[in-house]
Amino acid sequence: MTVLDFRSGGYADARDGQLSDDAPGHATHWHGARHGEPAPEWHPDWHDDDWDATWARWTRPWTTAAWIFLTFGIGLGSWWAYNELGWGGWWFWDPVENASFMPWLCGTALIHSLAVTEKRGSFKVWTVLLAIMAFSLSLLGTFLVRSGVLSSVHAFATDPRRGLFILAFLVLVIGASLMLFAWRAPRVGLGQRFGILSRESMLLINNMLLAVATGAVLLGTLYPLFLDAMGLGKISVGPPYFDTVFGLLMAPLLLMMGIGPLTRWKQDEPGTLARRLRWALPGAVVAAVITSLWAGHVSLATTGGLALAYWIVASVLVDLAERLRPTERSGSIAGRAALLPRAMVGMFVAHLGVAAFAFGVAMVKTYETERDVKMGRGDTTEIAGYSFKMVGLREVQGANYVAAQGQIEVSRDGRVIATLSPEKRIYRVQSNPMTEAAVDSNPLRDLYVSMGEQLPSGEWIVRVQYKPFIVWIWGGCLVMMLGGLLAASDRRYRAAKPQAARLPSAVGVKA
Amino acid sequence: MSSTNSSEALPAGGKPASMGRFLWPLGLFMVLAGFLAVGLKLDPKEVPSPLIGKPAPGFTATALAQPDRTLRKEDLQGKVWLLNVWASWCGACRDEHPVLVEFSRKGVVPVYGLNYKDQRNDGLGWLAKFGNPYTDSLFDPEGRIGIDYGVYGVPETFVVDKQGVIRYKHIGPITPQVLRDKIEPLVRQLNG
Repeated sequence: MTVLDFRSGGYADARDGQLSDDAPGHATHWHGARHGEPAPEWHPDWHDDDWDATWARWTRPWTTAAWIFLTFGIGLGSWWAYNELGWGGWWFWDPVENASFMPWLCGTALIHSLAVTEKRGSFKVWTVLLAIMAFSLSLLGTFLVRSGVLSSVHAFATDPRRGLFILAFLVLVIGASLMLFAWRAPRVGLGQRFGILSRESMLLINNMLLAVATGAVLLGTLYPLFLDAMGLGKISVGPPYFDTVFGLLMAPLLLMMGIGPLTRWKQDEPGTLARRLRWALPGAVVAAVITSLWAGHVSLATTGGLALAYWIVASVLVDLAERLRPTERSGSIAGRAALLPRAMVGMFVAHLGVAAFAFGVAMVKTYETERDVKMGRGDTTEIAGYSFKMVGLREVQGANYVAAQGQIEVSRDGRVIATLSPEKRIYRVQSNPMTEAAVDSNPLRDLYVSMGEQLPSGEWIVRVQYKPFIVWIWGGCLVMMLGGLLAASDRRYRAAKPQAARLPSAVGVKA
Repeated sequence: MSSTNSSEALPAGGKPASMGRFLWPLGLFMVLAGFLAVGLKLDPKEVPSPLIGKPAPGFTATALAQPDRTLRKEDLQGKVWLLNVWASWCGACRDEHPVLVEFSRKGVVPVYGLNYKDQRNDGLGWLAKFGNPYTDSLFDPEGRIGIDYGVYGVPETFVVDKQGVIRYKHIGPITPQVLRDKIEPLVRQLNG
């Protein structure tokens, strides 16, 4: 994303030089303005906007590509932690996780802000700043993970001297980018106007929420460091802070996600918009209540979360239905579907991925159950209607470890579903015990069994967990990535011919 | 028309928008970088012990070498002493051990060991193999004394003064540097 910093400077140069040759009116304007004379009558200078649109269009697939990799990395890390750490959690708000999540939030904001810059020429300064911030936050992540300034279960190979080097690099790169930004931003235009109810406004709210969420995560992550640096004591900031603040910020974001894509650019009518969405909102709420009742109980947080997930799905369906509805002039539904721009399909898919993710989180957070039980051979425990019986306990010799392995038979209504073999391993070289959880997974639920401590009696503390719909969390990430792939591979980004790219006014035809 | 368009940052008056209001990201970043620089000098894992300045918790333990001999905190009253938490299963203790053995030869201050969550034979075997820097070692197989002292990792070392008050706690292996810069001056001061 450093390319963006370069482009933001390059853009301004090109405008002052090459572009003003084609646009004498533009040059006059600058001339007049700089000498304090009254500005001549002004016509929207489409050359500028074209250049911005071109810059934004070049940038979008690359931003999306980086975002896809980051989404994959974070999802993979979460999945790894779930399977390998033996706690059965998928996100811990650990500083290292936060370090990866901040550029993701910022990058997500950037993807949306770039859409406005490309289509409408607005948000230019903000887009550039977001691009700088997204890259800066990834550098900050490197620093946090490798310097040892924060304690984390994931931080390894930390070294304060390396930290100093990374910090110097940080100051050089980010400082120079922000300096360039401060120098050039005053000359960047503001783009076209838009009404209070418009796609632009919706995306502005999206950006504000994502930016505030990034700030909240940054604050929570660095707060212990701030206090320590000022000699005010040592503290940890954990899930209670992050869950609360983040939940409060994400709920409106998901709500907007259902409205934004249906809102027209420039100006929309509240009445029209409400009429288009009149079935989506009650439908989502009813579906959420039914799901809650089916899963157990209705509560504000859960049913609200589920309603938001259904709401996004409903909004995508409304949007699709309107676009595919046959009219006299158009062809078949399939024909119309084939004509949908890939970028738009990508957006639908990515938003559905968010819905799947939100659905998984709401279900897991509310309906997961766990139990720590003392188990010896032949002991049985029950959780969420599943019965776990320890049928065997043996010692296993691995290539470089020895393990105590439990054999746990899982059954439901008397029928055996799976046999799980969780292990407690002692690796010979490191000699610290590692928990190897055993998971029986399907799209509806995970059954997660891990071995705790052995008791003097020879029995084991075994933790059994029931996690409904947890794979939807990672599945949602994969669907988001698929959406990103579709969006980044839109023909529009590839079609730019070399000669078209050289002459900005020639690519002004907006796709 | 110029008042109705927003295509330019230049206000209608014709003055270019000032650079100043775009400088705040840079300013914020520099403040952040300052904190990060300070943070490099701090150790996030070092949690100050709430016991510093407080009387060392009392204990009654058997000596590691002689199961029938009891050691009490009161026995150590009136002199400055070190309590070093160790175990035969602790890898970092092995790194620390030669430093302690060397230090004990100087006879600056008596070092008491707290054999933490260990087997008696393992502990004794370990001392026989690597040398015994301890005046005595308290045997704490269940880790009860360790809990009273807020031990959450091995090795840890406490400096206790003549009145039985904890004056200093070092987390992790002791290095010659820590001995030279922190522990020896402190012991001299407490004895002085």
